[in-house]
Amino acid sequence: MKKISDFTVVGKQSWRRAACLRLKCDDKLPEIRGGQFVHVRVDGGQQTYLRRPISIHDVDYQNNTIDLLIQEKHEGTKILCGLPVGSKVNLVYPLGNGFTMPENDDEILLVGGGIGIAPLLYFAKTIKENRNKKVSFLLGGRSSDDLILLERFREVGEVLITTNDGSLGECGFVTQHSLWNMKKINKIYACGPMPMMKAVAKVAREKDIWCEVSLENQMACGIGACLCCVENTTEGNVCVCKEGPVFNINRLLW
Amino acid sequence: MVNTEIKLKGLTLKNPVMTASGTFGYGEEYTDFVDLADLGGIVVKGTTLNHREGNPYPRMAETPKGMLNCVGLQNKGVDYFIETIYPRIKDFDTNVIVNVSGSNIDDYVVAAAKIDALEKIPAIELNVSCPNVKQGGMAFGVTCSGIEQVVKAVRDAYHKHLIVKLSPNVTNIAEIAKAAEAAGADSVSLINTILGMAIDAETRRPVLSMVTGGLSGACVKPVALRMVWQVAKAVKIPVIGLGGISSATDAIEFLLAGASAIEIGTANFIDPAISAKIAKGIVEYCERHQVNDVNELIGGLIV
Ligand SMILES: Cc1cc2nc3c(=O)[nH]c(=O)nc-3n(C[C@H](O)[C@H](O)[C@H](O)COP(=O)(O)OP(=O)(O)OC[C@H]3O[C@@H](n4cnc5c(N)ncnc54)[C@H](O)[C@@H]3O)c2cc1C
Ligand SMILES: Cc1cc2nc3c(=O)[nH]c(=O)nc-3n(C[C@H](O)[C@H](O)[C@H](O)COP(=O)(O)O)c2cc1C
Ligand code: FES
Repeated sequence: MKKISDFTVVGKQSWRRAACLRLKCDDKLPEIRGGQFVHVRVDGGQQTYLRRPISIHDVDYQNNTIDLLIQEKHEGTKILCGLPVGSKVNLVYPLGNGFTMPENDDEILLVGGGIGIAPLLYFAKTIKENRNKKVSFLLGGRSSDDLILLERFREVGEVLITTNDGSLGECGFVTQHSLWNMKKINKIYACGPMPMMKAVAKVAREKDIWCEVSLENQMACGIGACLCCVENTTEGNVCVCKEGPVFNINRLLW
Repeated sequence: MVNTEIKLKGLTLKNPVMTASGTFGYGEEYTDFVDLADLGGIVVKGTTLNHREGNPYPRMAETPKGMLNCVGLQNKGVDYFIETIYPRIKDFDTNVIVNVSGSNIDDYVVAAAKIDALEKIPAIELNVSCPNVKQGGMAFGVTCSGIEQVVKAVRDAYHKHLIVKLSPNVTNIAEIAKAAEAAGADSVSLINTILGMAIDAETRRPVLSMVTGGLSGACVKPVALRMVWQVAKAVKIPVIGLGGISSATDAIEFLLAGASAIEIGTANFIDPAISAKIAKGIVEYCERHQVNDVNELIGGLIV
């Protein structure tokens, strides 16, 4: 069931152009799947009118908290990143379909680029609850500064890294990492900038690997009512907010 | 107890609050947030005779206190609506109204006639803002003769309450409303979106795939209110007001300007529970102002 609730910022970690907010709610949290997102109302902006879609980065059912990892883009995300502890935010959540749970014996790889790493943490945690196989992340950024919260990812699984400038991990794009030639993978989950996801999808197709990606289309309602957020797929235009944001690459036209 | 019931010809609303087409899906999308029984009615997505894929992405742009859209009437056609969607929504405890669009008169007429046969749909709302392919893409609703033609033709085929939804992209909306009334409309609703445009200065390209799109949301309210007031003075049939309504106070302003009912559109995106809150807020306003019947507010502007 979707909800609309007020949350309070109870914790915060900030970087140069990003922040991780811990939001606490008085109501009990509904069940949340990895890859789902919230629609955040941005109060007090000059230009902001609509809500902003942000992935659910982590969930703590005991303490009723949700973590959001937000990168500053323009006014809306700047206001959100600047919220001090104690401020209130209004969320409509949980929205979207989420990633598909892997089978027990699947060899999976979670690929994240830039702020696209956000949904992978909570998804990996839910995978670990269901099976005891190791989870591997392959995270990419322009430089080491872009790769934040690595310690949280390392608590959950193995972390492989690429940076374009070679300042951390292997030098290059995620698709150039040496693991692709060394490891047998049969499921990929990817989230990040469009060129990265397209490159990952290309590798997946070449190697015939099952692959899901999480899209970032612009949204108005976030709940499948307005048809603004559509992606052109093999079945025509479908809502990314409701039937996505996660799609198997076989349904996409790219 | 405040009476909130509004009686339009053949259509009784338990309160004046409805939701606007294209912003409320088929109602189902909002049932986690709103008890539809708290609303006077819902106007479902624009429906055309045949399946329409709509326009390419990007279909929207955020603007100051509003948004532009060029969704392009994506829907699976009237037969799909009747077979698949109608059975799911027909027993909602509110008036379910279908918004009907077309690109030529025959399409409007056939779609309207098919919906006429549906027992649980008490009214249609005719969207005359669509381009008429036979008239070089000019919208039906921007000339008196265009609106007369389409309304007359649909009136012959449709026997229940016929709402005609007016386009604001005209010089004299009162004249257009009178033409709709003369052609047999039972009521008029206004406004549809205002034609607008957005440009990305960095890339020097249009933001929307269709270059232009329809403006909606809080920013259009003053224009909508003015048009409702002008139309309410010009016609005898009831007027349904919409355009930027985001609070109960906004809704009251439209009633005072002469609207018998109102629709909530883009505001549903900002607060998916807003429609029921506005219905409640109208009652609170009446209590505060010792108004026993919402009908007393209609056209109650003191000038
Ligand atoms: C399902 C989903 C999950 C997301 N998860 C995250 C996340 O975890 N962390 C994060 O930092 N960002 C995430 N984003 C992107 C985030 O929504 C945008 O960066 C944000 O909306 C930009 O708002 P703004 O006011 O800063 O920018 P502006 O450019 O001023 O925004 C103007 C309009 O465009 C929309 N918009 C702009 N960029 C995007 C974009 N990339 N995706 C969708 N809409 C956009 C805005 O929502 C707004 O309606 C996600 C997007 C989607 C669709
Ligand atoms: C995304 C979107 C889709 C719409 N689709 C339709 C439609 O199919 N038919 C129609 O008559 N009006 C449509 N409209 C117009 C609204 O019903 C309404 O007239 C307009 O948005 C003004 O009201 P508002 O400012 O309260 O949103 C649409 C509006 C939006 C924002
Ligand atoms: S944002 Fe409205 S349908 Fe997806």
